[in-house]
Amino acid sequence: MKWWQISKRNADLERELRSDLELEEEEQRERGLPPEEARYAALRAFGNPTLIREQTHAVWRWNWLENLLRDLRISIRTLLRSPGFSLIAVLVMALCIGAATSLFTVARSVLLRPLPFRDPDRLVMVYEHFRDPSMNSQGFNYNSVAPADYYDWRAQTHGFEDMAVWRWWQFNLTGEHGELPELVNARGGSWNLFPLLGVNAAIGRTFTESEDRTDGTAAMLTWSIFERRFGGDASIVGRQIHLDGKPYTVVGVLPKWFTYPDAKVQVWVTYASGLSPALLGYHDHHFSYVVARLRPDVSLASALSQIGAVQYRLHLQNLHEPVAEDVASRTLTQDLSRDVQKPLIILLCAVACMLLIGCLNIANLMVARSATRQKEIAIRSALGARRITLIRVQLMESLLVSIAGGIAGVLLSLAATKWLATTWKDLPSAQNIHVDGVVLAFACALVFAAALLAGLLPAILSTGKSAVATLQASSRSTAGSRSRTTLRKALLTVEIATTVVLLIAAGLLLKSFWRLRTTDLGCAIDNVLTMGYNLPEKTYDTPDKANAFNEELLERVRAMHGVRAAGLGFLVPGAGPMGDDDFTIREHPPIPAGQALPVALYATADPGYFNALQIPLLNGRFFTSDDRAGRPDTVIISRQLAQLYFPGENPIGKHLHVAALGEANYEIVGVVGDTLYQVGKAAEATIYVPVLSGDHGGTTLVVRTAADPLAFSIPIQKQIAALDPEMPVRDVFTLQQIVERSLGNASLSATLVLAFAVLSLLLASVGLYGVLSYLMTQRTGEIGIRIALGAQREQVVRLMLGDGLRPAVYGLVLGLAASAGAARLIQSMLYGTQPLDPEVFAAVAATLLAVAALACLIPAWRASRIDPVQALRME
Amino acid sequence: MAKNAPQRANVLQGTLDMLILRTLVYGSAHGHEIGKHIQRTTNDFLQMQHGSLYPALHRLEEKGWVVSKWETAPDRNREFKYYQLTDKGKKQLVVEESQWKQMAEAVARVMWPAAEES
Repeated sequence: MKWWQISKRNADLERELRSDLELEEEEQRERGLPPEEARYAALRAFGNPTLIREQTHAVWRWNWLENLLRDLRISIRTLLRSPGFSLIAVLVMALCIGAATSLFTVARSVLLRPLPFRDPDRLVMVYEHFRDPSMNSQGFNYNSVAPADYYDWRAQTHGFEDMAVWRWWQFNLTGEHGELPELVNARGGSWNLFPLLGVNAAIGRTFTESEDRTDGTAAMLTWSIFERRFGGDASIVGRQIHLDGKPYTVVGVLPKWFTYPDAKVQVWVTYASGLSPALLGYHDHHFSYVVARLRPDVSLASALSQIGAVQYRLHLQNLHEPVAEDVASRTLTQDLSRDVQKPLIILLCAVACMLLIGCLNIANLMVARSATRQKEIAIRSALGARRITLIRVQLMESLLVSIAGGIAGVLLSLAATKWLATTWKDLPSAQNIHVDGVVLAFACALVFAAALLAGLLPAILSTGKSAVATLQASSRSTAGSRSRTTLRKALLTVEIATTVVLLIAAGLLLKSFWRLRTTDLGCAIDNVLTMGYNLPEKTYDTPDKANAFNEELLERVRAMHGVRAAGLGFLVPGAGPMGDDDFTIREHPPIPAGQALPVALYATADPGYFNALQIPLLNGRFFTSDDRAGRPDTVIISRQLAQLYFPGENPIGKHLHVAALGEANYEIVGVVGDTLYQVGKAAEATIYVPVLSGDHGGTTLVVRTAADPLAFSIPIQKQIAALDPEMPVRDVFTLQQIVERSLGNASLSATLVLAFAVLSLLLASVGLYGVLSYLMTQRTGEIGIRIALGAQREQVVRLMLGDGLRPAVYGLVLGLAASAGAARLIQSMLYGTQPLDPEVFAAVAATLLAVAALACLIPAWRASRIDPVQALRME
Repeated sequence: MAKNAPQRANVLQGTLDMLILRTLVYGSAHGHEIGKHIQRTTNDFLQMQHGSLYPALHRLEEKGWVVSKWETAPDRNREFKYYQLTDKGKKQLVVEESQWKQMAEAVARVMWPAAEES
């Protein structure tokens, strides 16, 4: 018989028992007994029908399911009897499980799911690594690779199956027939990159070795631009597109799922294409990223040590140049998730804490309820329920709560995950984040773990007592449930300690975020619009042509109504570093061999740039329109550079030699204030070269306006289009937006941790309130007697407050101690804040005590209002 | 127990199954009949409430040693649940019978050793 036939089987047994009992009765009647006596006699001969039924049920194979259903029925009935409790418990669970599931979904997609490449476990990124710890603090422990280094590694070592390389690139994409110009993100990848990753073209083919030359003109499209701009028409393969005015032949289209290294890439060209042969020979131009595939028979360490040996030799050969001594590697997965790994792990910890608090809170509520159900449980066990059955029923209740909470939580997490994936900017493969079977399995595991955690402890405790003792205990006893009270207080202490840890983490993150927000960038932030454009070398092949465009544009923009100032530069404060170069000072003694040359950020500026951004002039002069190509070479340096390399010296009139800019010596004509290239990073030495000296590449127009700067973006773009209709603009942002964007992730993690912490605080205070209310009800009689004997109301309040605040204080102390350890974990995410920041610790302690006191005050006050006559009569 | 009470015994643990199976060798029967039969055959020596038969009957059915069917009783004009021995049940009866014999002999050897010697 199968389980779904249980009810049928029950009916069958009923009928069998009844028919046989009736037969017995008839036989007794036939023996001459009166009907009434006949029935009793039959029952005597037959035995207790209920017992028989139970015993028969016990031999059925699906008995356990029946028991389960019975427990379920009892639990549902119990839960429905106190809908308030059930609703709160389910809600708490839903929030906790929902948040945990969402974060797990993200973490799984980002950190755990294998990349969609062939044998992704054997793919690593190899970087140059500077041993100087002071450089490592600036992020040079994973430094991008110079082209010549890569070529030497690949040619001279055999530890890896193969090594490939890619670099950043940006193109002005135009069509053959005057289609709209578009600025596209591109990458230059070596011909062997796609075979190494194990990726085939969806249409056409990938690059060949002969195309990977400086004059190579092969291009591949990613699926997104293929669909968007070329309408998914496969005939584009074999045709030409124009990148920066140069014709390239499309050889293939990459598959839709291919979003390496990020989803914004639209076009791939070959690595060497468009670079000068000289550049490929440099060991100190770090702009490439090396992907390597491990051989199955060679360990990572030995493969790396081979490359390390080559690199060290290169370092010795280029002592004056920033050529690293060593190499470092990390897996491709780590490499892609480097920016989010830490915040993600911290958020996971935070949500785990919250889940723990949620479970403890439900456990606490259950203990409270089991206290009121003491008699019920005693009666049940007196009627023969075994302890295991009673525990099972209680566990079933917490399981029901967890399951209901889990279902609501998973639904919640569907929405939350989507929100998280779109809000969190740095998440790699954000489009691949979704809830799947593994995530659902995780949620199920969470549900059961939570049910066990929340239900087992109270269940074991509430059933352990002898039924007789409980039934005998009169309501006058006050010590009857001391152990239960102790347990609740212990649970509370843990709950509060965890809350404190969360609060402190949130406090530290928030303070760092606030510090970041209020950082002085070193320039005007309000009402500044920035807009980039690239002058294609093909059209603007001489400095004069470029200058003509730039100056004409500036003149037009400055003439616009409402524009206060406008300038051109290369670097936008807060928008990230663009590149750096090493330099020497002509007037200083030569740097001894073996010592690295000083390094400075490279920037450009026109005469109006500093004025437009309100960067102060500290010494000398700004550029004038005479600082241009063909005139004596001049530079302006930042305060940081002057302080570091000209201590106690006037830098004006001294000369810098920048190897990357050629043989010329640049005369320093001015010193300007420092700006931060990125919020949260220290100011760095910077060299400004005149825009008008004719340097090609990206230029950014900065415009300071009288009113809302975004309103000027369209009019200015029209001016650019009027000058050159084939010129697209990029990155149209206000400086405010750039700063906000770079703070987005700090704000996200701070906000989320804060949300978890506040929720936990709420849960903990509800727990505190619950415990104290329960204590008060238990001690009503005692308090009544105290008041009757003359205790003052304040004394009663103090007594109750002390009782409630004690676990809070223990929890606080425990939590503060734990926080001191936990804060070190998030140290690297802090900015301008110490892990043991006294302000944060004090604020958290004060908040917690205030909330705890508030939660305790209500029951304590109610206790002091007890009318002794009523309290004693109630018993 | 009072001294003059008639001698009676509870069904030995584990033998009830065998007794039921043996009873069903005569043909299918319903619970009441089986109970009556065992009681009558032992001259009411084996004391049991009919009710205790049902868990055993259902256990035998779970094991597949008997099958049940609702049938009208020839003398009562009413349906009863009739149990019938299966082939598997017959084999089981043989096994249990031989086990019981061995058991009884073993007990006898301990209790009345002289009888064995003679």
